[in-house]
Amino acid sequence: MSTRLAKGGRLIDRTKPKNFTFNGKRMKGYEGDTLAAALLGEDQMLVGRSFKYHRPRGIVASGAEEPNALVNMGQGGRFEPNQRVTTTELFDGLACTSQNHWPSLEFDVGVVNNYAARFLPAGFYYKTFMAPAPAWKHVFEPIIRKSAGLGKVPTEADVDRYEHFYHHTDVLVIGGGVAGLAAALAAGRSGAKVLVMEQTHHWGGRAPVDGGEIDGQSPDDWTAATLAELESMDNVTLRTRMMGSGVYDHGYALGYERVADHTPGDDRPRHRLWRIRAQQIVTATGSIERPLSFAGNDIPGVMLAAAVRDYAVNWGVSVGDRTVVVTNNDDAYRTALVLKEAGLEVPVILDARDQATGPLAEAARAAGIRVEVGKAIAKVNGGKRVTGVSICSQAGEGSAVEDIACDAVAMSGGWSPVVHLWSHCGGKLIWDDEQSHFRPDPDRAPTGHDGQSFVVTAGAASGAMSLADVLSDAYAAGQQAAKAAGGKAVRKAGPKADPEATQPMAPVWIMPQGAGHQKRMKMWLDYQNDVKVSDVQLAAREGYESVEHTKRYTTLGMATDQGKLSNINGLAILSDALGQPIPATGTTTFRPPYTPISFGAIAGEARHEIFQPLRRTPMHGWHEDAGAYMEPVGHWRRPYCYAKPGETNEQAVHREVLNTREKLGLLDASTLGKLIVKGPDAGKFLDMMYTNMMSNLAVGKCRYGLMCSENGFLSDDGVVARIDEDTWLCHTTSGGADRIYAWMEEWLQTEWWDWKVYVANITEQLAQVAVVGPNARKLLEKLGGMDVSKETLPFMQWKDGKIGAFDARVYRISFSGELSYEIAVPASQGRAFWDALLEAGEEFGVMPYGTECLHIMRAEKGFIMIGDETDGTVIPQDLGLNWAISKKKEDFLGKRAQLRSHMTDPDRWKLVGLETLDGSVLPDGAYAVEGGENQYGHRNMIGRVTSTYYSPTLKKGIAMGLVKHGPDRMGDVLSFPTVDGSNTEMKARIVDPVFYDKDGEKQNV
Amino acid sequence: MLILECPYCGVMADETDLHGGGEAHLKRYGPGSSDEDFQTYLFHRANPKGVHFERWRHVSGCGKWFHAARNTMTLEVYGTYSAQTYEPPKAIINAVKKKHPEWEGPNMGEAK
Ligand SMILES: [Zn+2]
Repeated sequence: MSTRLAKGGRLIDRTKPKNFTFNGKRMKGYEGDTLAAALLGEDQMLVGRSFKYHRPRGIVASGAEEPNALVNMGQGGRFEPNQRVTTTELFDGLACTSQNHWPSLEFDVGVVNNYAARFLPAGFYYKTFMAPAPAWKHVFEPIIRKSAGLGKVPTEADVDRYEHFYHHTDVLVIGGGVAGLAAALAAGRSGAKVLVMEQTHHWGGRAPVDGGEIDGQSPDDWTAATLAELESMDNVTLRTRMMGSGVYDHGYALGYERVADHTPGDDRPRHRLWRIRAQQIVTATGSIERPLSFAGNDIPGVMLAAAVRDYAVNWGVSVGDRTVVVTNNDDAYRTALVLKEAGLEVPVILDARDQATGPLAEAARAAGIRVEVGKAIAKVNGGKRVTGVSICSQAGEGSAVEDIACDAVAMSGGWSPVVHLWSHCGGKLIWDDEQSHFRPDPDRAPTGHDGQSFVVTAGAASGAMSLADVLSDAYAAGQQAAKAAGGKAVRKAGPKADPEATQPMAPVWIMPQGAGHQKRMKMWLDYQNDVKVSDVQLAAREGYESVEHTKRYTTLGMATDQGKLSNINGLAILSDALGQPIPATGTTTFRPPYTPISFGAIAGEARHEIFQPLRRTPMHGWHEDAGAYMEPVGHWRRPYCYAKPGETNEQAVHREVLNTREKLGLLDASTLGKLIVKGPDAGKFLDMMYTNMMSNLAVGKCRYGLMCSENGFLSDDGVVARIDEDTWLCHTTSGGADRIYAWMEEWLQTEWWDWKVYVANITEQLAQVAVVGPNARKLLEKLGGMDVSKETLPFMQWKDGKIGAFDARVYRISFSGELSYEIAVPASQGRAFWDALLEAGEEFGVMPYGTECLHIMRAEKGFIMIGDETDGTVIPQDLGLNWAISKKKEDFLGKRAQLRSHMTDPDRWKLVGLETLDGSVLPDGAYAVEGGENQYGHRNMIGRVTSTYYSPTLKKGIAMGLVKHGPDRMGDVLSFPTVDGSNTEMKARIVDPVFYDKDGEKQNV
Repeated sequence: MLILECPYCGVMADETDLHGGGEAHLKRYGPGSSDEDFQTYLFHRANPKGVHFERWRHVSGCGKWFHAARNTMTLEVYGTYSAQTYEPPKAIINAVKKKHPEWEGPNMGEAK
């Protein structure tokens, strides 16, 4: 069993107990515990189930590399799945549950997948996709749905807050072990500005666990003294609980600070994302121990040797009473010695090497521990917990020579540097034969804006394996980074440790070497995703040669741990199966984040009302007070309609249409884009921007214009007014103002930069109101001021003057077909003007109307709407707008494209009106079908609905649509299949798209 | 996240302050051009693994378009310069050649 030892634990405070629950069971740990240490202290080795086979899973590691021990944490607004117990600090009241099992952790039905393992081999999902569709629907999907998915999805909104920090530094040191501290010391002494981040809440890394002396001090004492020196430097910032998440272009890095994960609800932000710009980055990210591949290496109780040591030294926790150590290197002997010293039994150390002659092996023998060389584990015995191992010769096929009872196995397959952050931005790796690992190649570092390296590795992250090498490498890395960042030369010597004699490790990728298929099927590479040695070998046999393909085919390294434990072992197996050296196979790509970071941290403060800044017209407050139902239009919110008490939105819209057509309506049109285009070449420029001619527009007049992309597709429309000899005002759509402004700037700056034109976006300078309906003129005349008569201000003209007391520019333009004035006043006067119109308009039956009323009225008139009739594939010719395309102009944006063969194809779908035979409303986007099938076996589609409404004016459904040869088929009846499941078709007749007042008698008054 | 110096206002701008505009120095083909030239102008873009001339706009700054000579592999920036030019300035060409003597010179947006 695993238990808390009577003494020991350098990180815990036994005077401060902390209570927590696991699956509802009350448990106790201490301040300084990780959740993993506390669980093991309470003999909770079994913590979850694997992804595919639902096999029992125990804690394997002691840090960020943990693949198994993921739990659902917290409740309600603080619930979060997949929290790694090895990196979760214990706090009072912590509540967590195990995941990925049903109905219970101890008894899981899904484990049946385990017995079906031979039916779920590598590539199972891909092979399943090839199965007949019915098998997929009725057999595979229900099974996969039941068994897939890690953890539960939170159901409540996150109650915590998150924030972003912006930080600039000369040197960023990622990792606060002795290497990171040594590098920081060098950089700090140079006077450079330094930021040091450490992902745990304690400094010194694993050196205090591994032992040795630094400058004659214990690693703990040296760490304390070094921290004191760093803290005394004004140029050095130290942060714990902050992980280096990613390294990006030009010295950009992200730090993920877990401010309050261990103090939930204390009103501090939970996480903080540091957005860092560094001149130089030192990655002192340490190394990760590799598992060994032997049969049953996934049974709870089989752990990494260094993790077993960590639990004993850091937290005073024994993972087992009898621990068998199995290794291919010297380091694991440290675990045996630590356990022995803690009074625990180590029945045997199995060393796969032919001999064990290093000082650590000698020390183990001297401590009375049995050491067996050339030996391996034939298989681990046990189900939910290790009960023993059968041992065999490493060289053979696995005939057991002895069974040894134990309740834990500490394994070590060697160490791999954490190269992730080095690799994120392009740092390359080289294979180190001596250590059998990939390590950073200092000659091929990530490069910055000047083509020079901006990342340097330090300590174990460089591949340094002894304390002495780690310190000298790290101090030099700090010096190098500081110098490159402009710090002054550092003369003071760095920390030193005595060199130690070690016996080289021996690469061992399968244990025993000649293991047969039965054994290889039980050798786990990826514990979380259930990928075994046999799966990778199968992938290789099936032709997967690229490591990236094998990864995706087998899912090796695709779990939430991203292959931190499985990567190198998997590569080695694949290389062996392909008969090539490991460096020829290469690694998969390392991508940020190093470990998962919260969505909250990524979003930062950008939540709720500040998620996206809202644009408000000067009349916005009035609309809200009036209870308008608002809809988003770009970043604006516009009234959709103004429902009265007891009225539905639909009823309100119909009332607004009828009232505007019969009496008087007001529309807040302030969101309409307004661009001033000015200069001697403004007319020439607008002739390029618009399909029709704008240079010959007379001062005082308005013209409707179309803008196309260079592809020829219709992009925006609006009314242009000529203000004076060299000034035009261009109206754009509400959503298009910023885009069109940028579009004009782009052409002026990058193509016609010698043309004398300025463009100013004055959209927000003006409030604009459409005064619409038969009583529109009466209202303006009542307010007094300028002459708005038909004679003085005819249709499609504009005038400056006064309306009442307001400075106004009045345009006689109409998007409704009614007598209509669009009136612009200074934005500061918008609300007062709106109020004045409403007050004076009361006797004329004035009512405000919203965007839906606007849409219906324009559809009744057959006016197109950008985004409804257009979708980026529609040219003006499709919409019958040829009258607005100049034939005189030599050139305009889109003209050349509109001459391409596909654009002039007579089979293009063209705009028509559609009227159902029974007066009902066609569904938006419905397709018209006609005879036969297309090449996909679908019914032949010959058109689609682009706008469709119930017209309160005409008391029937009206629609616009694009139909093949449509304008030549007036009167034809088309079929529109419904998609509501009723398998019916609606019938509609092709008609003129202008449904109302075709001759414009209502607007030209 | 790249940093590019805006040649107009001199700001060292983060990529988030900029808007990328693709390949620089394209020649516009309008009415009268051949289908092939027009297709090249509209759709064909260089995507080199190495030296690239790009358009950028200092959109959250002075609003100006400019050009950058950049290495898509090493992320090295050889320089930024005015957008109001048909080809990279001599100094930029020299900066690239100094680093890559074997470099064959810019592809000037002609039919490729
Ligand atoms: Zn600028």
